[in-house]
Amino acid sequence: MLIEEIMKLDVVTLFPSNTVKDALEIMLENKIRHLPIITEDQAVVGIITDRDLKEIVPSTMSDSIDKNVYDIKLSEVMTKNPITAHPMDFVEESAVVFYTNQIGSLPIVSNNKLVGIITETDLLYKYIELTGAHQPGSQIEVRVPNIPGILFEVSKVFYEHKTNVLSVLVYPDKENSANKILVIRIKTMNPLQVIDGLKTAGFEVLWPNVPGIS
Amino acid sequence: MAECTGNFVMKKNAVFIYSKEQLGYSFSDSHPFNQKRIVLTLDLLKKSGAITDSDIIAPRTATDDELFLAHDAKFIDVVKKAGKGEIKEAACEMYGIGTEDTPIFPNMHEASAMLVGGTLTAVDEVMSGRARHALNLGGGLHHGFKGRASGFCVYNDSSVAIKYIQQKYGARVLYIDTDAHHGDGVQWSFYDDPDVCTVSIHETGRYLFPGTGSITERGNGKGYGTSFNFPIDAFTEDESFLEVYRTAIKEITEHFKPDVILTQNGADAHFFDPLTHLYGTINIFHEIPRLAREMANKYCEGRWIAVGGGGYDIWRVVPRAWAHLWIEMNGLDAPTGPLPTDWVKRWQSESPVSLIETWEDPVPLYKPIPRKEEITEKNAQMLEQALQIIREKRESC
Ligand SMILES: [Zn+2]
Repeated sequence: MLIEEIMKLDVVTLFPSNTVKDALEIMLENKIRHLPIITEDQAVVGIITDRDLKEIVPSTMSDSIDKNVYDIKLSEVMTKNPITAHPMDFVEESAVVFYTNQIGSLPIVSNNKLVGIITETDLLYKYIELTGAHQPGSQIEVRVPNIPGILFEVSKVFYEHKTNVLSVLVYPDKENSANKILVIRIKTMNPLQVIDGLKTAGFEVLWPNVPGIS
Repeated sequence: MAECTGNFVMKKNAVFIYSKEQLGYSFSDSHPFNQKRIVLTLDLLKKSGAITDSDIIAPRTATDDELFLAHDAKFIDVVKKAGKGEIKEAACEMYGIGTEDTPIFPNMHEASAMLVGGTLTAVDEVMSGRARHALNLGGGLHHGFKGRASGFCVYNDSSVAIKYIQQKYGARVLYIDTDAHHGDGVQWSFYDDPDVCTVSIHETGRYLFPGTGSITERGNGKGYGTSFNFPIDAFTEDESFLEVYRTAIKEITEHFKPDVILTQNGADAHFFDPLTHLYGTINIFHEIPRLAREMANKYCEGRWIAVGGGGYDIWRVVPRAWAHLWIEMNGLDAPTGPLPTDWVKRWQSESPVSLIETWEDPVPLYKPIPRKEEITEKNAQMLEQALQIIREKRESC
């Protein structure tokens, strides 16, 4: 999946010449936490987050803060030349970028112009969608040997039962590295025949596996 | 007017909606949704002396206009054509029919409209004051969506009935769903509506269909705070189930102050049910209607409509569970001891499993659950969080 499919298009931005006060106000107003800083021709030159601002303006309750902090230009406090991504980058890749760089948002740039933004929240939502957990279905967990072609063998069972697979996740088996665990969501209320089919095909079904009921 | 029939004192304040035509809702002989359970239930009630022919009212069929209250015209049209073989299976799939769960069967529309009509018949009996309570075991198809069938359900009789109650009688409806699956179809129908409160207690959607029904689904906009979900853990047993049920229903009914209560009485939270993983016993099916009736009498002048729902162990569980519902509806004492022997004799030969021959479940029904305490504690914490919204309001008053 490409970033352009999930990025937000209407990005709230400010210029380097704007002040800390402007940034505080616009974030509050739009309920956002990340603010790309751009030039007149839409080039991203910096980014500022709510956390950056909190460091500059420690507490609005305190009398001792220097009121002049509100007038500081963003060019002085923004993170310059932030990490950006392209609309045609993969969502999966960008997740790695978020993780390894510990950032909360990614301005999306094309032809040197800001065209969108994705945040951790967008990404998390997309991942929830990828697990299929947001649409009616039943979940099955199967332990399979860690060998090529095994997914094909498992999916044959779903094919035979005309079962629509919503999502497949593959986890390592904590107990034995020769195995993998497949977590499959299927669009059915009655997974019993499919489970029988999996067992007949020789797979170990971990869930549903109810003690007392075989 | 009390008359004695066998062990039961009859007080005719409830009606039972049924006709053989309700059995036309049938996907196939091997499909888990099997309306034979209604026949088994009715026969058990008759042989127990808990029902007479004069308690039974035939259901009517819902009109297209009534179905439009909760369903799209296009969807209804597709169901009509599918049931007459006038449309290809592949063309129906986006409407949720022709799938393994909800296959096409002859006269699908007529059969589905009759189940809806049965619930509307029940509504009219109660709302017009002819009966205090009414039961339509053929209804309770809570997974049906506006434009799509799902999870064995074509039309959603409860959604249609609630809209019908609102339109014709202008009443506030409390919908209580104790099926082991989340009552998603009804919930989404009234998610924005502040005058309909939906409550669902179900096995968590982590593994089980439909996957929804988390405590954070509380309604939307003006309807915020009128959807309640109590997802209980797999392997939950009676005590914890009933603690969640009793606490939730008492507090929500007092808070919402409904004019009428509609309960969905799926019987698939039992240990024997093949499609779910809850560890209920027959006791919960005795306790559930007891509190529903108490709440209806206390807050709604007795107005209580009950419908069926899931229930896939049709031999050992559903007849006894649903018989309890009718018996409780009539204020009769809970039956104990052996089931009528002529009932057991009549059905044992057809049943693929050994029937349970007593009103009670055998003890022990299953091996002890290793994580009982943790499950109970987790459910209690969930209950607390789900009810916080009304408890906060009460404290601030
Ligand atoms: Zn169910």
